[in-house]
Amino acid sequence: MITINITKPLHTADGTIELHVERQITDGDFLTLFGKSGSGKTTLLRIIAGLETPKSGRIEVDGEVWFDSEKNINLPPQKRNVGFVFQDYALFPHMSVRQNLEFALKNPQERAKVEEILSIMEITNLAQMKPAHLSGGQKQRVAVARAMVSSPKMLLLDEPLSALDHAMRLKLQDELHALHQRFGITSVLVSHDMSEVFRLSNRVWKIALGAITDDGTPSAVFAGQNISGKFKIVGEVLSIQKSDILYIVEVLAHNEILKVTALKHEIENLRIGDKLLLSSKAFNPILTKL
Amino acid sequence: MLEASFFQTMLLTFELAGIVTLILLSIGIPLGYYLSQTRSRLKPALEAIVSMPLVLPPSVLGFYLLLAFSPKNAFGAWLDSTFDLRLVFSFEGLIVASVIFSLPFMVHPIQSGFTALPPSLKEAAYTLGKTPLQTLWKVLLPNIKPSLLTGMVITFAHTVGEFGVVLMIGGNIAGETRVASIAIYDEVEALNYDLANQYAFTLFVISFAILLFVYAVNKSMVKSEFK
Repeated sequence: MITINITKPLHTADGTIELHVERQITDGDFLTLFGKSGSGKTTLLRIIAGLETPKSGRIEVDGEVWFDSEKNINLPPQKRNVGFVFQDYALFPHMSVRQNLEFALKNPQERAKVEEILSIMEITNLAQMKPAHLSGGQKQRVAVARAMVSSPKMLLLDEPLSALDHAMRLKLQDELHALHQRFGITSVLVSHDMSEVFRLSNRVWKIALGAITDDGTPSAVFAGQNISGKFKIVGEVLSIQKSDILYIVEVLAHNEILKVTALKHEIENLRIGDKLLLSSKAFNPILTKL
Repeated sequence: MLEASFFQTMLLTFELAGIVTLILLSIGIPLGYYLSQTRSRLKPALEAIVSMPLVLPPSVLGFYLLLAFSPKNAFGAWLDSTFDLRLVFSFEGLIVASVIFSLPFMVHPIQSGFTALPPSLKEAAYTLGKTPLQTLWKVLLPNIKPSLLTGMVITFAHTVGEFGVVLMIGGNIAGETRVASIAIYDEVEALNYDLANQYAFTLFVISFAILLFVYAVNKSMVKSEFK
């Protein structure tokens, strides 16, 4: 159980806002911090890791106090035993993949563990390569592997898939999901990709201007309770065109462009670039075997 | 006879440059690292002090060092009585003066090398449980090897070529403070153009060889990261 109760002023482009979080994370959760850039989600992740210090508050993990401003306790990142996957992966360029993983060992005798993680992440064949030689997806796998080597209490992921193309992203989402199923490690992911939230997490905190505005399962947070759609896709508005009495909305979803008809009241609040939920209640698609 | 003094002077020149380079490397790494990381308000002042030798005429620095090191003044007298050290017109004095004068040539490349590294490298090492010292030694320094090499070579070359400070603080004592740049001036004054040319040409060739080595090695270092 992780109890977080912290405040920290954030200096953003729109002035100073206060990050305030008072929540608990259950062991084994896959939590996503979702929000626009500048909302404080990465800062929260870095505060959990000990890379940034809150102004005040308390963080307690499984009965161990990591931060307490009143008692002047602030464990350095070295003592928190978290696995952190950086947005730029932060692989050490002068070390091979295997050396990167071995560097993470607390006890040099545990080399077998490096081999085990290499094989779980299916990167044994890359072990001798230097990071500069790896593709984005391979770097990401190595970064996750390195974060897992020291058996951390928590896996913290700062937009680890944002630099990858769509197909690679889907593949790695599945791998992260499988990894979480296998180890059951409490994970916190920073993301602004809604499909990622749905595929990976069982809980999401929607963060806006430093405050958590929603907390729940992805479908509860994003879909609202009132839609009982049997079919849902998250997409992004590409264009809105008037066609007689109807409107045609082009929606980008899973890398495909869908044309959807809409009524005037539906498009009133829609702008190009908005995320939307596409759902259908009475849905009868044609199935064709490929 | 001439040959002997030529080799003596050249040896002294490179001995000075080598010692100064090693001392500055051990100062430049912590100082450059501190400057690259600090958010202190004193940083601009510290950077200005480090960079002063770049803009000051060498004679200014030499003049003040001469005054400071003089046994007639408090600091010089204290050095003399406490450490039995006389820094005026001595090889030790040349070392101290050259360390101060070449400081920016070592600190600047190292500082910019550290600054260019993504902060996530350091943070990643910290989250993997490594202390700041382990991180510096095993992660950061190996990734700024080209900057270290550049700093060392430019410091070495700059010390070899230094004239004003050396003349002010060291004078021209054969085997003690007479380095190549002083010797050239000395020989020209005495109209010994052949000997002056011998010194000058030697410096010219060695400087070129050093720089050639640096650029060649730096290129292969960059390549080896991609192996």
